[in-house]
Amino acid sequence: MRRPSALAVAIGLIPFVGMCLSVPWWDRITPMVFGLPFNLFWLILWIVLSSGCMALANRVEERRKRGSAL
Amino acid sequence: MTPSVVAMSVIFFIVLVGSVVGFCAGAGRKMDLEEWSIAGRSFGLLFMWLLMAGEIYTTFAFLGASGWAYSRGGPALYIMAYITLGYVISFYILPYIWELGRRHGLQTQSDFFEKRYRSKGLALLVSFFGVIFVIPYLQIQLTGLGIIVQVASFDQIPRNASMLIAVSLVALFVFFGGMRAVAWVSVIKDFLMILAALSIGIYVPLHYFGGVSPLFHTLAATHPTHLVMPGATKTMGHAWFISTVILSACGFYMWPHTFGAAFTAKSGETLRRNAIVTPLYTLSLVFILIAGFAALLIVPGLTNGDMSLLMLARKTFPAWFLGVIGGAGALTAMVPAAIILLTASTLFAKNVFRPLFAPQLTEDSVARLAKATVLVLAMASFGLALHSSSTLVALLLLGYAGVTQFFPGVVLGLFWPRVNAFGVAAGLVSGLLVVAMLMLSHRDPFHGLNAGFLALVLNFVVTVLTSLVTPAQSNPLPLNEEAELGASVR
Repeated sequence: MRRPSALAVAIGLIPFVGMCLSVPWWDRITPMVFGLPFNLFWLILWIVLSSGCMALANRVEERRKRGSAL
Repeated sequence: MTPSVVAMSVIFFIVLVGSVVGFCAGAGRKMDLEEWSIAGRSFGLLFMWLLMAGEIYTTFAFLGASGWAYSRGGPALYIMAYITLGYVISFYILPYIWELGRRHGLQTQSDFFEKRYRSKGLALLVSFFGVIFVIPYLQIQLTGLGIIVQVASFDQIPRNASMLIAVSLVALFVFFGGMRAVAWVSVIKDFLMILAALSIGIYVPLHYFGGVSPLFHTLAATHPTHLVMPGATKTMGHAWFISTVILSACGFYMWPHTFGAAFTAKSGETLRRNAIVTPLYTLSLVFILIAGFAALLIVPGLTNGDMSLLMLARKTFPAWFLGVIGGAGALTAMVPAAIILLTASTLFAKNVFRPLFAPQLTEDSVARLAKATVLVLAMASFGLALHSSSTLVALLLLGYAGVTQFFPGVVLGLFWPRVNAFGVAAGLVSGLLVVAMLMLSHRDPFHGLNAGFLALVLNFVVTVLTSLVTPAQSNPLPLNEEAELGASVR
């Protein structure tokens, strides 16, 4: 069990930028997407993207584990 | 039959089915402390997912989120962001906590602090404040249950009586069932809650406005500032959003019960995969927020926003379906309340009472004491819920500001060998002091920032600086035992 790799941590920071730090840029009503205010749509989009980021980080960690086992 | 009788019967039936399932799941197993409190470390991906969703999607998500969308507007979006990011953080810490738990037989959060920092005092501090800060969380569930019964009975059953019935049921359920029972009831709860969320979030906009798009166009025209931050508040702007989301995401797994849930997993891998699938569950919150926004137009003028979702349901659906929604709500209060009671009482018996008063106590006696504590805690939180008038989200934010102060001790403890007991104790105490000062004097948010966030930043700084100026301690829980042995050989 080694600490998370730098690459995996960097991937984990992406959702923080997308959903949290960038709020002044997406906290708007227009343009509405699928009838939803833009901020609500943006967060929905990032919930899905965050799940994707975690899948990617998991891939990175798995590969590293397999690499060190060899 | 009057609508209130129909609605209440349906709620009662759902709660009954949930309790029976719970009792059956727990029956026939040998109930030692490890089985009762962490189900013998046996949960795989599906069960873990259900349990974690079970403790996160509480009455707070159900009534509190719609309540904030109704009364505050835009700031309610913080809930979607922090839950998702809380799972992201879990990916980087829970597998490690699990691994150390397996190697060193840890069962609770304070076991971790005791073994990592070789400090009984620090462990005691963490357990004590852990139990203190889950009380507002428990209170949220009881207050929510009270609201549900009040609305579903068309104001015929007083809130206090319903809270008393609910709290007794939860206590009995925990007493006889244990963690496995709770996870099973989570299954029913999640199914019903998704059904309720979808039916309200989809049917309501269709029925009243002809779709989600006209709903939001109407809202944007009539309440142009409500949908963005700071919404109906003066202080909850973007700085508040960022600081609150970071604070709550860090605190997500610092609750004694969420931290403890990591130990129920079958492997660290389970927890990693859990962090991939669980964010998607946050999507169900979208429907609940939509319901809260719709309620602003359909049932305006409520003094308590937390009632908005149920008032909307009562106005829109037949009584039996109000009962289904109320039953879902009742289980979303009871499952987390049960998990919290279970964890807090184990923590109290094992990590506060035993070291202080009776070090010679056997595991079996600790288990019995923990069960007795369930009843005491249940009654204590009932007493508090009777006298409190805070909204659900306000209670949650208070608890989060408190438990997040454990975060530096956990993260640095896992990944920074230099951190020591002095540093963590100093950081924890200064963080808690700032929280107490700012929150009790009603200065949260402080200059636009979440008070708990400021305390967390200070806590980190104090922990690191104090650790650096005091003598180093060796780390008794290194992540990679093999590698360290290997390194010395090489």
